[in-house]
Amino acid sequence: MEDKTLIELKTKIQNKEISSYELTKFFLNRIKKIDPKLNAFITVTENDSLKKAKKIDSEIAKGNINPLSGIPIAQKDIFCTKGIRTTCGSKMLEDFISPYDATVVEKLDKAGMIIIGKTNMDEFAMGSSNETSYFGDVKNPWNLNCVPGGSSGGSAASVAARLIPCSTGTDTGGSIRQPASLTGICGIKPTYGRVSRYGMIAFASSLDQAGIFTRTAKDCAILLSHISGYDVKDSTSSKKEVPDYYKECTKKFEKMKIGIPEEFLDGLDSKVAEVFTESINIFKSNGCEIKKISLKNSKLGVSAYQVVAPAECSSNLSRFDGVRYGFRANDVKDIDELYKKSRSQGFGDEVKRRILIGTYALSTGYYDAYYLKAQKIRTIISKEFQNAFKEVDVIIGPTAPDCAFKLGEKLNDPIAMYLSDIFTVSTNLAGLPAISIPMGFKNKLPLGLQIIGNHFDESKILSLSNHYQNLTDWHMQKPDMLGET
Amino acid sequence: MDKDTVIKIADLAKIEINDKKIEEISSSLQKILNLVNEMNTINTDDVEPMSHPLNLKQELRKDEVLEKNERDLFQRNNKYIEDGYYKVPKIID
Repeated sequence: MEDKTLIELKTKIQNKEISSYELTKFFLNRIKKIDPKLNAFITVTENDSLKKAKKIDSEIAKGNINPLSGIPIAQKDIFCTKGIRTTCGSKMLEDFISPYDATVVEKLDKAGMIIIGKTNMDEFAMGSSNETSYFGDVKNPWNLNCVPGGSSGGSAASVAARLIPCSTGTDTGGSIRQPASLTGICGIKPTYGRVSRYGMIAFASSLDQAGIFTRTAKDCAILLSHISGYDVKDSTSSKKEVPDYYKECTKKFEKMKIGIPEEFLDGLDSKVAEVFTESINIFKSNGCEIKKISLKNSKLGVSAYQVVAPAECSSNLSRFDGVRYGFRANDVKDIDELYKKSRSQGFGDEVKRRILIGTYALSTGYYDAYYLKAQKIRTIISKEFQNAFKEVDVIIGPTAPDCAFKLGEKLNDPIAMYLSDIFTVSTNLAGLPAISIPMGFKNKLPLGLQIIGNHFDESKILSLSNHYQNLTDWHMQKPDMLGET
Repeated sequence: MDKDTVIKIADLAKIEINDKKIEEISSSLQKILNLVNEMNTINTDDVEPMSHPLNLKQELRKDEVLEKNERDLFQRNNKYIEDGYYKVPKIID
């Protein structure tokens, strides 16, 4: 059952071969058995999930069925869920019960899905290894001594280990694609504005975007159609019509022109390069034209990102003052001490580091040198992509410079950690959609292929992903750590 | 980034820093700034800054109340409430 795709489960429920209760119970049992090894979940909502499953079963019996009725999903713990604890991986929100649902949560609920729990993540989504979480590290299902990537590490690990067929994630600089790459699954970050950010705890508002983890491109497509669309509660969400991505990505494959930026290959790890070349050859011999392109300033993405993201984070996280909600320190003598002690004890080291950098970049006299400069570099990077898309349909490259690294390996070296997002940050700066799909292995650890599209070209990147998955079986590989295979 | 700057920034950000950790923090912030300074390898004098990836305009709506006040619900996340007010240490002597 755990190997069934979302589409197969949908059919099983609709044909009444299995009830939602049975399905939910199955995945809950799997989480109980396996998650102690992974720590992918911060909260498992066993009672609520089973109650909801029963309710949905009775609706199905009456003939009231929604597109994804009765299928469980895990929500990244950054999405507000009414009545369910929402921690954002932080001590600051350890006891926070959201009074409302995020739009993504509301939309998936309307489609009939059941929340099975909230997944572990880097604190406030700041990290690339899931090691900054207040609730402990998440382990990579392919090797328990390795990180699953981050920040959506729990969402990725839970799908890779078949604890759940699908989960949600968020991506500010690679937080969906990099963990998808490191755990061997599909992860899509849509165009900025495609999905509402309402109720998604803000990190860097001009970069943050919600997305999906699944094992196949088709499953990704189905869920993406459900979470996309304009939302009056998010003024940056787009009014552009939402296509039926499943239909779009499964129709007859049309030849595509694929761009490969030479800068992505400079100094690339030899095994990653070898695996990537094999993927290029698959595309070449199956109806695609390959074209070398140049994105010569994309390397500046990491430096610009390290200004924009911390600057916006320092502003967004100023709301955590210990007064209205969130952690409050005891034994304080005045209001200033209340703010300082609550924030210092409530936030972890990485979050504090980013707040400090961001505050510095926005402080008097430095704005032009840092934030404004970084925004200008965004324009340059974005224009470079736009020029490339005049010549090619999509751009591909490795998602991450290497396979999963060891736990603790980069934790005390922020620069090394930041560089693990080198291939992913520039798409956030330009607001472009991108997906990571499995393309092979290095040392028995998965490697991801990134496909980047032009604004609102999700259909194209999903279509190419589906084409690739029809020709390869990398997405069918599963981790053997559980002694099941 | 020197120690005094770190202390000033931390005060602005309302973050308390342990004296023993200042050196470590200033060195890690300096490393990040070195990475950030790579931005200066490109001239951006004639480039417009980008604040929104799709250059959309901010939507405006009429200033009407659309949601009801749910103060009690929102205050359930706080232990320091009295008569609908948030209790904090004395601010004015």
